[in-house]
Amino acid sequence: MARFTVLARGVVRRPWAALPFAALLLPSAALAARGGAVMVWVADSRRYSGWKAWWTNLYNESHLLFALVTIVVIPLLGLLLGALADFAMARIGINLKSRAQGEH
Amino acid sequence: MSWLYATMPIAGVEVFWPGLLILGFGVGIIGGFFGMGGGWMVTPGLNILGFPMAFAIGTDIAHMAGKSLISTVRHARFGNVDYRLGSIMMGGTVAGFEAGAQIVMWLERIGRVEPFMRGGYFALLSAIACVIFTDVARTRRRDREALSSGRPPDALSRGIEWHKRLHRIRIPPVVEFKTAGIRCSVWLPVAVSFVTGLLAGILGIGGGLIRMPSLIYLVGCPTHVAVGTDLFEVAVSGLYGAASYSYKGRTELLAAVIMLVGAAVGAQIGTVATKYVQGYGIRLFFGFAVLGCAVSMAFKMIGAAWPAAAWFFDTAATVLILALVSGLALYIVGRFLRGVREELAAARVRPPAQGAPR
Repeated sequence: MARFTVLARGVVRRPWAALPFAALLLPSAALAARGGAVMVWVADSRRYSGWKAWWTNLYNESHLLFALVTIVVIPLLGLLLGALADFAMARIGINLKSRAQGEH
Repeated sequence: MSWLYATMPIAGVEVFWPGLLILGFGVGIIGGFFGMGGGWMVTPGLNILGFPMAFAIGTDIAHMAGKSLISTVRHARFGNVDYRLGSIMMGGTVAGFEAGAQIVMWLERIGRVEPFMRGGYFALLSAIACVIFTDVARTRRRDREALSSGRPPDALSRGIEWHKRLHRIRIPPVVEFKTAGIRCSVWLPVAVSFVTGLLAGILGIGGGLIRMPSLIYLVGCPTHVAVGTDLFEVAVSGLYGAASYSYKGRTELLAAVIMLVGAAVGAQIGTVATKYVQGYGIRLFFGFAVLGCAVSMAFKMIGAAWPAAAWFFDTAATVLILALVSGLALYIVGRFLRGVREELAAARVRPPAQGAPR
């Protein structure tokens, strides 16, 4: 019990450190996906050239790499576009650092 | 006009790309304002634009992760994100979500998944809308009573205070969440996130629609902090979802990127608009969004039970969702513009501080 309390306190102090443990739940997601007919989707890379051809080939060859590229591109692009929109918003001249407190 | 259409390389469909931009913009506004991913709006929208359903869900989740990240960063600057609370809840959400997915598999095996999910979703949304409207009505009545007796209304009082009872359960460790301004057992947010994650997993939704009111009514967060903290969770769980759907080959990154361009602008507007609206204003309009969602679900249920009129009720459900999204987005943009105008006007008439350059 004491050990558990120490562990729980550690998690509370450094919650980020506990995040990798959430990865332990990933296999259950894979198990949950079992059953039913498996539909295989193939992208028609013959129709494209340039980056589209590269992208469709990557998709057909490795879903793992495809997933890795997706989860790198999305947050990076989000941060970049967010920073640009933030910059434009700051030009308006409003206070973007605080707000009035209050529920009603 | 062929330049208005783009071929999606993976799904192989031609899509009207300005539609993606507008959809991202609208959902960005609503998501940034209410603190949710908005899967209930985007998935049918993508489906209407021509995406197969499997790609619609994966693409929606991928764009949701990026959009929520933008809103989280902006909300954090306003001091609306409690990272400690969000991090603790994340574990509960993931565990609950996976348990929910297992329950869905079991329901599929016994062939009861469709009616159970639709009925459950409808009941849950109706209950949330009832709680919100009761809360708003009680608070307004209290404010009126205070004004009529010559007292100023308490700006921080609430109509429903379930969280106070829950905070009395002090199972160790008890922790303080500074940004949210609450002190409670760590097991409270863990339990709440597990249950909301479980419901989200069973109903096949992101969970913001359930988690945001739970953060307010069960955990006791102020509305703005509930919005910001929920978005933080949506951003992280959205990335997990994007990885999972991409690994299964069901994400169209090009569409997600186009939507993200619109969402970057929309999310800024929606988030900054929360600055000009008090917590109960956000709650009230969230209640309307949830109610519209419940009615749309009721239309779908009637359509499923009455096949002869299914086309009518399915169309009505889609039209209602689109009208709801447009109406809410217009309202939020209106509040944003009014707030900006008033703030700039106030800054013009305010005398410069002593020592400030003239």
